[in-house]
Amino acid sequence: MLGKTAGGLFWMFRYLERSENTARLIEAGFRIALTRADGDDDEWASVLQTASVAHLYYQKHEQIEAAKAIDFLLRDLSNPSSVMTAIAQARQNARLVRTAITREVWEAVNDTYMIMKQTLARPVSQRDLPEVLALVRQQSALVRGAMHGTMLRNDIFDFCRLGTFLERADNTARILDVKYYVLLPSISQIGSSLDNVQWETILRSVAGMRAYRWITQGEASPMGIADFLIFDTRMPRSLAFSARKIAANLAYLESNYGMRQPSHDLIDVISARLTHGTIDRVFDDGLHEFITDFLTDIARLGQQIETDYRFLG
Amino acid sequence: MTEPSRFFDEMLQADGTARHPYTSYCDWFGAEDLRDLRKKSTDAEQFFRRTGITFNVYGQAEADERLIPFDVVPRVISGREWARLTKGIEQRVRAINAFLYDIYHRQEILRAGRVPVDLIAKNDAFLPQMIGMAPPGNVFTHIVGVDLVRTGEDEFFVLEDNARTPSGVSYMLENRETMLQMFPELFSRIKVQPVSDYPRDLRRSLAASSPANSSGDCTVAVLTPGIHNSAYFEHAFLADQMGVELVEGHDIRITDGKVQMRTTQGYKPIDVLYRRVDDDFLDPLNFRPDSMLGVPGIMDVYRAGGITIANAPGTGIADDKAIYSYMPDIVEFYTGEKAILQNVPTWRCSEPDSLAYVLDNLADLVVKEVHGSGGYGMLVGPAASRKELAMFRAKLEAKPSNYIAQPTLALSTVPILTKAGLAPRHVDLRPFVLVSPNRISITPGGLTRVAIKKGSLVVNSSQGGGTKDTWVLEE
Repeated sequence: MLGKTAGGLFWMFRYLERSENTARLIEAGFRIALTRADGDDDEWASVLQTASVAHLYYQKHEQIEAAKAIDFLLRDLSNPSSVMTAIAQARQNARLVRTAITREVWEAVNDTYMIMKQTLARPVSQRDLPEVLALVRQQSALVRGAMHGTMLRNDIFDFCRLGTFLERADNTARILDVKYYVLLPSISQIGSSLDNVQWETILRSVAGMRAYRWITQGEASPMGIADFLIFDTRMPRSLAFSARKIAANLAYLESNYGMRQPSHDLIDVISARLTHGTIDRVFDDGLHEFITDFLTDIARLGQQIETDYRFLG
Repeated sequence: MTEPSRFFDEMLQADGTARHPYTSYCDWFGAEDLRDLRKKSTDAEQFFRRTGITFNVYGQAEADERLIPFDVVPRVISGREWARLTKGIEQRVRAINAFLYDIYHRQEILRAGRVPVDLIAKNDAFLPQMIGMAPPGNVFTHIVGVDLVRTGEDEFFVLEDNARTPSGVSYMLENRETMLQMFPELFSRIKVQPVSDYPRDLRRSLAASSPANSSGDCTVAVLTPGIHNSAYFEHAFLADQMGVELVEGHDIRITDGKVQMRTTQGYKPIDVLYRRVDDDFLDPLNFRPDSMLGVPGIMDVYRAGGITIANAPGTGIADDKAIYSYMPDIVEFYTGEKAILQNVPTWRCSEPDSLAYVLDNLADLVVKEVHGSGGYGMLVGPAASRKELAMFRAKLEAKPSNYIAQPTLALSTVPILTKAGLAPRHVDLRPFVLVSPNRISITPGGLTRVAIKKGSLVVNSSQGGGTKDTWVLEE
């Protein structure tokens, strides 16, 4: 396979994952804005920060306003993480790797692009927002389904999965990075109940509300949530789950190509920290430091994969 | 169904009955509901858009992807008609390859005075870098599209040769795929020769042209200028269908005297490169130094026999419209036979007598630039305004050798489906020919281009033309 093709697949799936994650962030922000009595727009500032686009937002707008923030996250093409940009980028990469994906995957991506381009041609009213966000999730499930149902399990598949899980790990870690203070014991003393709204945001952003309730019988604790999102390998958006998937796909590449690369060593280090770590240790050493380190490692891993598999000339 | 016209209609005879190859189709059509067919037509468009069968239009602010209109009424050719056409095409393609070899070697045809020396020496499409090159099997043009038009029951003419980089084969394949999906019952009723072998034949044909010293498995790749090229879909489609890599210039480098592509496991040599990049851009070291699309030094590897480039650089000389006018001589010179397929009578404006005639009869003629293609820069006399005629007259007088002129042909028509039912529109035909050292194969069918606008004689997609599925019947 061409290095360029591997890179195209990797980024196609990163962008697909990003479009879905941004949609989830908007969904969580929107819900909190609705359920909050005071109606201030702080939540949108934190959503923009989580998506790492707050600085770009301020280049266009002076103040945080719900409608502007939603539009920026949903449709703004100057925002590299907006739903529309991410979908357009995913489709552009899909065109680039057209020979490596099945017709069904291509059509699913192309359909998604055409539908979303039409749906997002004009600003979305708050009334239509839930439906539009649901559409993004559905389309993304459609692409995933086509991929699982029709693609060969070979190196092509591995690069798709690497893109998906690297993006997901990064995304979940960013949510924790922005919200970590809510989970710290200094703010909500052990035994006291956590600000419901805050932890809801976190769980909703990663589609983990129901799962977390089910696992904990409704008892939420800051440490519990952090443990769930970092270490729980049953949770498909946790750091440990994502790292495990990345490790597996890199291992397939290693055996398939008969070549061990520096990226294999990097993922081993990341995995070991997640396998042997405990939430108590993380809190002792500092949650924020842990997350910052993780984000740095994931970024380095992404660059290393790019080098090892010759995405660029 | 239609009023009699001065044009030969391939489906309906003057008395309104179906011509022989269309009998079964017309029986079927007569029993269909027009509204259902119109709906199928819309479905087809949706299908094309979803599949991404689009082309990019140059010179537009936003690089928009457009659809080429597809018409659901097939163009039908009988097995007998096809057999005669293929003989003529094969003869012509053989002659073109012999001509190209000769032009880059001893130039016998120039010495014999059958083609003027100036036409070659002063031609930009002639590449001095190719002099003395003998590609495997002496094949210069591996993939050829011969554009044919028809004016009567037995009158076929070659309108132009595309020995450089003929495009459109993906439409031939996708049009058939679309028709099979929409009208499966038609194909069980009417025996149509399949076109689906084309990608496999293309790969085999390319592999058979690999350099003599290449080892073992032949690696084929398709070279595209990139995602913004108007024919990118086709490049990706062909690579995909052949199961080979689609590469761009920046995926390739030259090491150890081989052209190699960057894969996830290191660099891997390419034996045959099916390039869809123009000569000028192929190698910045040997041609245009500002080209970002090509591979620096590939010509040197090519000349040393390290790779096969298909089509060979410098084949464009055979597409030249001034050379075209000599094609009957060229065919005779290299095959010793009379040309089976006729040329359209052509006036070379470089010759004073011809120029005088052309200027006197401008309103009845079609005038083309000798190096032009895609329907750009041409004049259709009968359809032109007085202003356009005057403009072209000035151009002709300023640089006569840049133009040729041809009579306005009474192009045959095939009906398309409109809101009001069937309506005749002018068509041409581009069959696709594959040439390897050991064989020439012609896919039964090709690309039928149709002028969607009533009365229009210009079928180019860049000028609003559409396409039809082309059926060659089993006999």
